[in-house]
Amino acid sequence: MLLGKVIGTVVSTQVYEGLQGVPMLLVQPLAKDGAEKGAPVVCADGTRMAGPGELVYYEGGREAAMTLEPWFVPVDHAIVGIVDGVEAPNWKGGPA
Amino acid sequence: MILGKVVGNLHSTINHPFYDGKKMLVVEKIEMDGQTGSGYLVAVDRAGAGPGETVLILDEGNGARQVLESKDGPIRSVIVGIVDEIDVAKTP
Repeated sequence: MLLGKVIGTVVSTQVYEGLQGVPMLLVQPLAKDGAEKGAPVVCADGTRMAGPGELVYYEGGREAAMTLEPWFVPVDHAIVGIVDGVEAPNWKGGPA
Repeated sequence: MILGKVVGNLHSTINHPFYDGKKMLVVEKIEMDGQTGSGYLVAVDRAGAGPGETVLILDEGNGARQVLESKDGPIRSVIVGIVDEIDVAKTP
């Protein structure tokens, strides 16, 4: 799993039938110290509670497809959880 | 499996039910020269590792689900061991 910050939401009504009702959020991947790194990805929100500005951890690949109910929905990135805190020496990523 | 160095703990209360009550650690990936680069990951701890320790990480879904005895848990990275020593033979 990697850390990311939710920077927006993605709404689409015309989607593959398995994706109807699945909330999609725009997530900025973070480096190990909380700095922004890499291009944003669209993640399905497995918790259905994350919102913009929140620090989250997300999973890719098959495991992303397994976070949603019923699992094996066709997504390649999914938010697994919302981070309350990270105890690491040079961490600057908050949560906000 | 890959080698890593534990950076610190990650706390989360709102998460996928599979992760309830599981200890999660932020781990830097160790390169072949023993240094840590920019690579890192968040893994579930199954070996009682703490910050600063060198650990063995299983970084593959099926194996991770086997370790955590779950058939459909969204899990890929699990810390399965704490490393005492690494010897790299110098090839001539």
